[in-house]
Amino acid sequence: MLMKTTPFHPRLNELNQTGLYGHWAGYLSALRYDLAAKHEYFAVRNSAGYFDTSPLYKYRITGPDAELFLAGVMTRDVRRCRPGQAMYTVWCDDAGYVLEDGVVFREAEDDWLLTAADPNLGYLEDLVGRLRVSIEDVSADYGMLAVQGPRSREILAALAPEVSDLPFFGLTPAKVGGAPVVISRTGYTGDLGYEVRVEADDALGVLDKIIQAGDGQGFRPFGEEALLMLRIEAGLSLINVEFSSARYAFTDAERFTPKELGFGWMLGKNGATLGDERPFIGRRAIERELRDGTSRWATVGLWIDWEAYRDLHLEHGLIVPKDENPVPWESMLYGGPDRDERVGYATSFMYSPVLQRHIAMARVLPEYAAKGSTVHLEITVDHEYLSVPATTDRLPLFNPARKTGSARELAPISMRMEQR
Amino acid sequence: MTANTYDAIVVGGGHNGLTNAAYLAKSGLNVLVLERRGFVGGAAITEELHPGFSFTTFSYALSLLRPEIIHELDLVEHGFMPLLMPTAFSPMENGDYLLMTEDEQFNDLEIARHSKRDVDAYHRWGHDLDRVIQVAKPLFDAAPPDIFSDDPADQADVAWMMKQLRGADKKTLHDLVRFLTGSCADLLDDYFESDIVKSSIASSSIIGNKVGPMSQGSGLVLLYHLIGEQDGHHGVWGFHKGGNGGFTQVLQRAAEAYGATVRVESPVDHVITKDNRATGVVLDDGTEYSAPIVVSALDPRRTFTELVDPRELPSDLNEAISRYRFQGTSAKVNFALDDLPVFPALKGRIDHFGGFVNIGESLEYLERAYDDAKYGWYSQKPFIDGAIQSVVDPDMAPPGKHVMSCFIQYAPYELKGSDWDTERQSFGDTVQAVLETHFPGFGDLVLHREVVTPLDIERVAGLTEGNIFLGEFLAPQMYFMRPAPGYARYNTPIEGYYQCGSGTHPGGCVSGGPGKLAAMRILADKVR
Repeated sequence: MLMKTTPFHPRLNELNQTGLYGHWAGYLSALRYDLAAKHEYFAVRNSAGYFDTSPLYKYRITGPDAELFLAGVMTRDVRRCRPGQAMYTVWCDDAGYVLEDGVVFREAEDDWLLTAADPNLGYLEDLVGRLRVSIEDVSADYGMLAVQGPRSREILAALAPEVSDLPFFGLTPAKVGGAPVVISRTGYTGDLGYEVRVEADDALGVLDKIIQAGDGQGFRPFGEEALLMLRIEAGLSLINVEFSSARYAFTDAERFTPKELGFGWMLGKNGATLGDERPFIGRRAIERELRDGTSRWATVGLWIDWEAYRDLHLEHGLIVPKDENPVPWESMLYGGPDRDERVGYATSFMYSPVLQRHIAMARVLPEYAAKGSTVHLEITVDHEYLSVPATTDRLPLFNPARKTGSARELAPISMRMEQR
Repeated sequence: MTANTYDAIVVGGGHNGLTNAAYLAKSGLNVLVLERRGFVGGAAITEELHPGFSFTTFSYALSLLRPEIIHELDLVEHGFMPLLMPTAFSPMENGDYLLMTEDEQFNDLEIARHSKRDVDAYHRWGHDLDRVIQVAKPLFDAAPPDIFSDDPADQADVAWMMKQLRGADKKTLHDLVRFLTGSCADLLDDYFESDIVKSSIASSSIIGNKVGPMSQGSGLVLLYHLIGEQDGHHGVWGFHKGGNGGFTQVLQRAAEAYGATVRVESPVDHVITKDNRATGVVLDDGTEYSAPIVVSALDPRRTFTELVDPRELPSDLNEAISRYRFQGTSAKVNFALDDLPVFPALKGRIDHFGGFVNIGESLEYLERAYDDAKYGWYSQKPFIDGAIQSVVDPDMAPPGKHVMSCFIQYAPYELKGSDWDTERQSFGDTVQAVLETHFPGFGDLVLHREVVTPLDIERVAGLTEGNIFLGEFLAPQMYFMRPAPGYARYNTPIEGYYQCGSGTHPGGCVSGGPGKLAAMRILADKVR
């Protein structure tokens, strides 16, 4: 049994200098193309890069009751997602615990596309009941290419002028070299960026056009390793890292509500944006949680105290490690007067090159959620568990204006001198 | 307070002047920076010398920048962004090359092509070097002690210095002394047999100094360059977004955010002194600004012979400054290119141009290049440290086009029987001929060429004799002897008059160290 390959694979495989692939939803997925994932990371932060996001599960949801159906499943009020828009949302179980997250793309009044990390077809179909909705698994029908970074707008607009004024989370049909595509201003990097969806048969041609449009501008493919760095800076949760699906949990300690995962903004203050007359799965539990203030956790960003981190290593005679590859385990957070109370845990920890700091995404007790609270992050130094102070902040820690803005953001530094 | 009165005036808006001003302003002082040119940056500037092409006219890469300065001055907030150099490339005349990357296993394979025994030697070299750096770095990062003083506080500083050295094991201390006093060639011969492996390291032993890799003293230059770091990786270099001018723009914004005032086109004629105290400065146009603290970010010669009257200074300082060696020996040739150069063995590829392109394929090549300079002429086959910054920073040039910065050695400030205004273009041709040898067809790509001679470095950036470090890295003018024995603690014999340029410890390169350490000294003196 071999893994499948995505519609872009023949070309991307030629560009892959490492031969390193992971498995993602049944597909080969490049870990990196270049010898240095950090080089790919910088392409996205400083120019632009492209990532093959085709392995995502994709479901086409159509029919006169499609909106009603999705409004009853999704936690966010997707009725406010108009045709030509996309919306990021979670969906929950009856107890108000998150099952999964994904993006809905509303291409027409009754035509939606949902992306998800895990298979959901059976779950969704079982919920249809008597509604006039059809759900089709179209995962293999399309290639999806994320084009991300400060130059992504210029590169894509050269092929499809519609991109120029596409707002954050807007989507538009377009043509690239005669092939129909759907371009949305979405992504998983926290930067200016787009995703291009193309029918599988047209995928290679469209990819070639896009690569060509970025030629000579430092435009390069990036793999999962770079993506993981980018998404932590962007404060974007990853299923099976920040949380796992309540569907497969054994205890409530493994389950999380949207508010606990930092998605309180989806709900609004006291549930203000849940929408009137919209029963959905988990609504009553979520409203109870918000009303009674029973959330157990808050999700925050952490800035690790650079001086303490440095000194701890220097005192041990070590070179201060600054590794942009995220650590793949949870690190405990301590608090209280004697720093011996467990007050949370970091789910993702890395050194951020663009922020020049060690940062983390973390879950803390609600009393540590306020911006500027101090917690102590456990790290190992010379095989000993020690801790360094860290300060909480709102996510995302890296949030450039270009991500949601419309103006062409100049290079961070206006270096062009007028006078000589 | 009148409009022209400040708490402190910094003369010179180079990176150390700006760093110094930012620290002083952060501590609450009302600071004025006076810059002679139309924009700040000194020797760390980026200029659009050809439409659409941004050139790092002088300084072109970062590594020595002290990481704590990034945090303490909140530089990320103001746009600090060092970009990774993914590769270092050393082409050879026979068409072969050494390509080093971020991937250690790839590097092992690459070194093995040239010598199998050099593979593990390279690992041992890296580790031994890290050990030496661990010992040297605390001294690099702290103000030098005053070893000539009986004051208990100064004696405590000396004891601290000795404690750092005592912490080292025998081998590491011995290695340190070999670096500080010996030749780069002797060190490398202990480890390696491959010429290209040796020379790819040895290029850092000659930059900015009139030494060859076989000269005693080149070890010190090598250690200095390798003590830097990028994102925690020692000896690694990066390009700042927008070049090093992009970096000094960040520093200016940081200084201004803390409340400093930066005035450009304000050349300072001299420092006003009264009763051996600094009280302000006078510009060339006669404008006066007063402040009880005046800081010179200029080189030692300008600081002690031009800004103030040497008759106000003790004779031992005057003598030391008069024998302080500059003798600039570096030049730049910067190109705007229509396309990437082609290295035949890697035709169609781009990744070998991600960082430094190091031309000088053996220790002998480098040493012979030095021989020319020793006798008063520029190298007929110069060492070139090229950097096609637009490969990692596409904003530096139009799509598909490139800027290439070439640092050249040797180009002695004093030419025997000629001068730089006469030799500028033939020097540029000499450099371009070497590039043509390695990259056939290079000349056809050149849209614009900017030759920056040592004389231009002196005239434009204001660095005496064009020395890029504001004084050579020679043992007798380092640490507690930089710029002069007994005058290495950032203050001067004139009260309220300070020095914060690269002519003070730790020295040259875009480190910010002198600027920061001088600010600490000034603030400590204010409290006293």
